[in-house]
Amino acid sequence: MTTASRRRVSRRLIPVLAVAGATLLALSACGTGAGAGTGNGKFTYLHVTEDPATPAIIKELAGNECTAENKSLPYDDQTIAQAQLDQKVQLLAGQKALPTMFSAGGAPAVTQSLDKAGSLVDVDAALTKLGVADNVLPAAKSTIKALYGGNDIALPYQFNIEGFWYNKKIFTANGLTVPTTWDELVADAKVLNGAGVQPFATGASGQGWPITRLISGYAFREIGPSAMADIRDGTSKLTDPAYVKAAQAVADLGAKGYLGKAPEAVDYNTIISDFLTGKAGIMYMGSWVLPNFADTTANKIGADNIGFFPFPTVPGGKGSIDQLPANIGVPTALSKSAYTDRVGAWTKCIAKNFGSAALKKSGQISGFKVNTPVTTDALTTLVQDKIASTKTSVVWFETYFSPKASTTSWNNIASLVDGKMSADDFMKLVQADQ
Amino acid sequence: MGSFQKAPHVKSVFADRKAAIILLGPALVIYVVVMLVPVLSSLGYTFYTGSPINGFRFTGFDNITRLFHDKDVWSSLGFTLRYALVVSVLQIALGYLLSLFYLFVLKRLSTLVRTLVFFPVVLPTVAVGLLFQRLFAIVPQNGIVNSVVGFFGGDALSWFNDAGTAFWVIVIMDLWRSMGFYGVLLYAGLLDIPDDIIESAKLDGASGIGLIRHIVLPLSLPVLLSSIIFSVNGTLKVFDSVLALTNGGPGNGTTPLTLYMFQTAFSYGDYGYGSTIAFLLTVICLVVTVFIFRSSRRDLTKG
Repeated sequence: MTTASRRRVSRRLIPVLAVAGATLLALSACGTGAGAGTGNGKFTYLHVTEDPATPAIIKELAGNECTAENKSLPYDDQTIAQAQLDQKVQLLAGQKALPTMFSAGGAPAVTQSLDKAGSLVDVDAALTKLGVADNVLPAAKSTIKALYGGNDIALPYQFNIEGFWYNKKIFTANGLTVPTTWDELVADAKVLNGAGVQPFATGASGQGWPITRLISGYAFREIGPSAMADIRDGTSKLTDPAYVKAAQAVADLGAKGYLGKAPEAVDYNTIISDFLTGKAGIMYMGSWVLPNFADTTANKIGADNIGFFPFPTVPGGKGSIDQLPANIGVPTALSKSAYTDRVGAWTKCIAKNFGSAALKKSGQISGFKVNTPVTTDALTTLVQDKIASTKTSVVWFETYFSPKASTTSWNNIASLVDGKMSADDFMKLVQADQ
Repeated sequence: MGSFQKAPHVKSVFADRKAAIILLGPALVIYVVVMLVPVLSSLGYTFYTGSPINGFRFTGFDNITRLFHDKDVWSSLGFTLRYALVVSVLQIALGYLLSLFYLFVLKRLSTLVRTLVFFPVVLPTVAVGLLFQRLFAIVPQNGIVNSVVGFFGGDALSWFNDAGTAFWVIVIMDLWRSMGFYGVLLYAGLLDIPDDIIESAKLDGASGIGLIRHIVLPLSLPVLLSSIIFSVNGTLKVFDSVLALTNGGPGNGTTPLTLYMFQTAFSYGDYGYGSTIAFLLTVICLVVTVFIFRSSRRDLTKG
């Protein structure tokens, strides 16, 4: 090839390179601009599959009290499994494509980092501006602030307490009384197990919290209401004897077979159905389960047949039995970049009407004021009373953990209750990932 | 292996630079945009810490030093290598046996069997994962495997709650999924062996193992080599079948590097360290591929 022809080739290369460069720029421009949550003209709600009740209530509002808001900004619903929520939310936040309203992460750490990055609407300020701030119950507001680093960034669609639910018929048939101490609880479980009834409906498939919350429950009774905050603040470690004792108590339940044959393979829905079909006598769960109890097709044992008792005390422990774990379920937040006047109108309508709509539709207790009185069933009333009488509330095991420590706790809890891992090793593993 | 030689007219087309640029340019641009740019930008993340939510901070080689002190990396690497070795060996051995079976036993009748054995390849991994979860289930009722165990008087086993048994369930599932593919791939290679060579070898008295050992195996070496590279790289990057079947559990007993990388970047929001793990995986794939190529080149010159 001659020099001349080579030069010609290189001259022709220039447009090729230019086109390539332009394509690159165009593509990278796509990457940053695409999918921003603001412009789709809808009131999009991304929520977890495990909670179908809340979106159903919002949908109900869209057809009734909030018709005008729904007309100007139509409601649109997206679901995701809770196990995938944290990563989805982080990804969407990274792409600046958070939906208008969304479940903001199972781990409070994720919710807090979204807040720190300025992605979330300050709900308290927004509601005050809209003139509806007094529709949020003070107890719900303080729970939100305690969980999410002092900021009010969540809509309290649920306001839950946790404890044990038991099957009254099974208890009577076996001559059991409601336990108030851990030893009584274990003794009751022994009787049930002997009678061929699985004592506890629980499981750790997909999510380990139904079992890990027993550890924190025990720790709060043993150490007192600051047990998990002490871990966050570094004043205690999970490997301290008091915490290991809690893990050991739960491991013992597993070793005796009280948690079922293979808890590692039982998922959330199976836990609920094990309890509601009378296969198991006791279930540790939050009051978000009330809509399931009210569902007469799924609930084979009948709502009248279900009782509640708080996590029992442990001998010599510093915690008291009336300190119930409280939370607002998976927190629902509003995206700052998608927050417009029309979203504000929706929020105002929700704040005013959600409390009573939730109670009426599915017996769900929220942190919103009930503006239209609703007659509730016995269980709902019981939970409302418990909430009203709770002076000090506590959190759950993973509340202040890093996402990695939460995963480690969830993924290894089955090994703990199956005796494949000692209580000491389990706590060491989780502590190492803090 | 005439097909590996370049045909003369192809050579003359590529001698013309203009034609080469027109033909290769668009492909090259797309390759650069969708492959090289993301790969390099991911490599860049290796030196940063942070997440898209909180922003990134330059940390130099911190992530790389962390890699060497992270016991989770070493346990996932151990799982990845063990899995890659076991599955690659079994995959290719089974595939090769299948292809010999197609060619010498079933002969022209093999179409139906080939289709049936190939069928799992087209099924979505998640569906296969659910299927195997049911097969090996213990609650709410025993799956087929535990029923068989029970029939022979054994105790039903919780297969997924022990890293050892869970490992073998993953292996069995992946073999079931992929042996049909390797069967067909290697069968195509065997078809390339000219009939007259096999005929004449048979006339010379070669048969059975001898025929395969001295004639079929050496002549199918190139396609065998491609299969090994495919298989090793595929198994080193195993992700979806583990995610669908065990999600890395119990604990992190069946977590391969890919899943650990995914969790680190997307679940724990640590993109920089996730990229570092990805980088480690890339290096391992590269080393293994180069190693296989070099060892094979020696063999080919010998033969």
